[in-house]
Amino acid sequence: MAGKVLMRGTHVLGEAAIRAGCRAYFGYPITPQNELPEYMAAAFAKMEGAVFLQAESELASINMVMGASIAGARVMTSSSSPGISLKQEGISYLAAMELPAVIVNMMRGGPGLGNIAPSQGDYFQATKGGGHGDYRVIVLAPAYGQEIADMTRAAFDMADKYRTPVMILGDGMMGQMMEPVVFPEPLDPASFPKKDFVLDGCQGRPSRIVRSLWLDTNLEEELNWRLVRKYEIITEEIPDEEIYLADDAEVIVVAYGTAARIAKGGVHRAREAGQKIGLFRPKTLWPFPYEPLKRLSRKIRHMVVFEMSTGQMVEDVRLAVEGRCDVSFYGRPGGVVATPEEIARVLSGVYRRLDHGRGAAAESGHTFRSVGSA
Amino acid sequence: MPFPYRTGFTQFLRGASKVKKVFTRPMSLKDTPFHYCPGCGHSIIHRLVAEVIDELGIREKTIGVPPAGCAVLAYNYFDVDMAEAPHGRAAAVATGIKRVLPDKLVFTYQGDGDIAAIGTAETIHAANRGERITAVFVNNAVYGMTGGQMAPTTITGQVTTTSPGGRVPLRDGYPLDLSEMLGIAAGSVYIERTSVTTPKGIMKTRKALKKAFMVQMEDKGFALVEILSPCPTNWKMSPAQAVRWVDEVMTKTFPLKVIKDVA
Amino acid sequence: MLLKIIFSGFGGQGVLMMGYVLAVAGMKEDKHVTFLPAYGAEVRGGTANCTVVVSDNEIASPIASSPEYVVAMNYPSMIKYLNMVKSGGTMFLNSDLISEKPAREDLKTVSVPANSLAHEMGNDRALNMIMLGAVNAVAGIVSEKALAEAVETVLEGKKKTLIDTNQQALVKGSKYMCSGCGS
Ligand SMILES: Cc1ncc(C[n+]2csc(CCOP(=O)(O)OP(=O)(O)O)c2C)c(N)n1
Ligand code: SF4
Ligand SMILES: [Mg+2]
Repeated sequence: MAGKVLMRGTHVLGEAAIRAGCRAYFGYPITPQNELPEYMAAAFAKMEGAVFLQAESELASINMVMGASIAGARVMTSSSSPGISLKQEGISYLAAMELPAVIVNMMRGGPGLGNIAPSQGDYFQATKGGGHGDYRVIVLAPAYGQEIADMTRAAFDMADKYRTPVMILGDGMMGQMMEPVVFPEPLDPASFPKKDFVLDGCQGRPSRIVRSLWLDTNLEEELNWRLVRKYEIITEEIPDEEIYLADDAEVIVVAYGTAARIAKGGVHRAREAGQKIGLFRPKTLWPFPYEPLKRLSRKIRHMVVFEMSTGQMVEDVRLAVEGRCDVSFYGRPGGVVATPEEIARVLSGVYRRLDHGRGAAAESGHTFRSVGSA
Repeated sequence: MPFPYRTGFTQFLRGASKVKKVFTRPMSLKDTPFHYCPGCGHSIIHRLVAEVIDELGIREKTIGVPPAGCAVLAYNYFDVDMAEAPHGRAAAVATGIKRVLPDKLVFTYQGDGDIAAIGTAETIHAANRGERITAVFVNNAVYGMTGGQMAPTTITGQVTTTSPGGRVPLRDGYPLDLSEMLGIAAGSVYIERTSVTTPKGIMKTRKALKKAFMVQMEDKGFALVEILSPCPTNWKMSPAQAVRWVDEVMTKTFPLKVIKDVA
Repeated sequence: MLLKIIFSGFGGQGVLMMGYVLAVAGMKEDKHVTFLPAYGAEVRGGTANCTVVVSDNEIASPIASSPEYVVAMNYPSMIKYLNMVKSGGTMFLNSDLISEKPAREDLKTVSVPANSLAHEMGNDRALNMIMLGAVNAVAGIVSEKALAEAVETVLEGKKKTLIDTNQQALVKGSKYMCSGCGS
């Protein structure tokens, strides 16, 4: 296929960002995403007017992102779990000031310093706000190299359209793995419409303010409701998911990102054994695709949520399902990557228990704890 | 490491110990082989710190605070109490420990990225408060652990993975001389810059470390030893070339000297 | 087809390039491929390894917990991966640096004196492509043509002589296997 290249996830993200018109990057080294700033440094060194700066910390870098966004640039920062924790303060400000920015989190094992292996422990932090105050961040979760390219483009477009920070939530595996990718055509930043909040000197127009301090509680309340109205529109417009082999399925595994592709491998193996099992993969984590999952929950009997964590997205799945079918959870936290065979075993176990009639209800809410690697 | 791997330095030590008894393992080091790359300065510096702790007889009242950096696993090597700090926050963590336990000895062990970029604020304020702690500052001019990115101490023109065309001051900033800055802080008492690239340099470093601990024992204030340390892996040099680079190039930006001594 | 293969050795042996060339060759044949290098602290101390998966269908996991093939360029790599290789799988050993045979009866082993063969060619650094040529001759993962083209893609912009040398090394490795198997 023409134009196909083999690139690692972090580089795909960098190239896609540049093609989306990103011309400013600020960051601070942390494994496993270092190849992304390195890519930006090399590329921007050759591009007139593009800004790459390695800050002295994530705290500094997210605040630099804020400045670049205020100045009108399509801007990005990236990090991994511990560094994203430091950025939360700034992300709250970005949300409050309604500034577009793209933030990449290649999650690693945690809490604390944890390790540098792929993990999904930051789901709550990403989807439920993360920093202080009442806000949300759009969260996109790619599972394939090609999706990294496509979602990066989408992330910049959404950030500008809704004037909000957008997070691309990957993990160490997504970042390090190479897969074939085809890139979209590059956009020219000069062709972007002018943003009406940008501070670039008030020549020929009244001066502007970008702020997040509203001492008047009525004004602060109004900001909060304005954000909510915006979030409602976003929730209306962008939820996205992949539904796979669900038509005849009795059991559905719900997973995102790296966990989803492993789960899909598990589904294939279970199907080979004649078991009617399908997959639901949220591509947007906030807004979460509640509606399609709710529809699905009406016709299947059991959902297994698989995460590389101790169970976070499972709460959103329960909200969508509202008791219409059983929900159980299987997790491998701490940077352990399950194998497709392991997931197939879990799914097959659930499937076989279905045949014992309604007794399966007793399984609802069950958490399978894996001891050691299966 | 999943397979038995020993660094060149450890092998050197083991070899040497057969000949003379000079190189027995200090009590303050565990019998764990270092994971550092061959030619890495961290191995030598660990050893020196441990020797000084032994010599001063303070092993049982010392608390070490290793950073995030190549030395993050220092607690596997030092046989003293060790408290891991978040990246850059070692001085703050050490402050907390020292304030609660003023009779104990607290040292931080930090890379240049840790102490002079993300932890600048913590470090300057600890020095300015005259915090009675000893900082071991390992300057290898790069972010070693994360794969050789530009550090605050990367010298002008130096190629790193995030300054691919070499460090350009007006774009990337100048190399930061944190030790000189800390010298200005009224609370700092003793600050010296040494290297571990020659036998003489190693002896000097050992002496400086000893003094930096003694300043703390005498309750005088903040002490720091900055040690220029080779990182052959990320400099993409052989260990021998890396040593030469420290001596011939790095010391031009970071001259070896006593920066402050009011002890 | 779903094949998982781990390449391992020490830094400077061109281990990552072996995997990369194979993955690019797979891509050129429109197969699904993933390439996963070891990263971070794992690569301290001078070791290198990577995992390549080549498949006719979408690939679930780029990690190989029981690979069909392991290529060990030095002794520690053989020890590290010995227990992982799938039963009935194959270990390729750089026999110039590994004198022992792995202690497992359910494996095939293929010995390739990659250093010597490279030295014979007058290019000590070509050992990686010699080994890859040998691996592919035995395993038949991609066509020889795709491998040769992949070298061109991977070394795009480099000197023509370098590309030629690497392509010749692939051929040398594959020839070595064929003389070895008596065909
Ligand atoms: C908040 C946070 N950001 C980034 C990192 C990743 N990180 C770990 S060590 C390090 C820098 C290491 O450089 P240095 O302090 O010079 O020590 P060296 O490895 O060179 O000895 C970084 C950026 C982290 N652990 N935490
Ligand atoms: S990367 Fe550099 S600092 Fe880190 S262990 Fe290796 S030589 Fe030492
Ligand atoms: Mg350093």
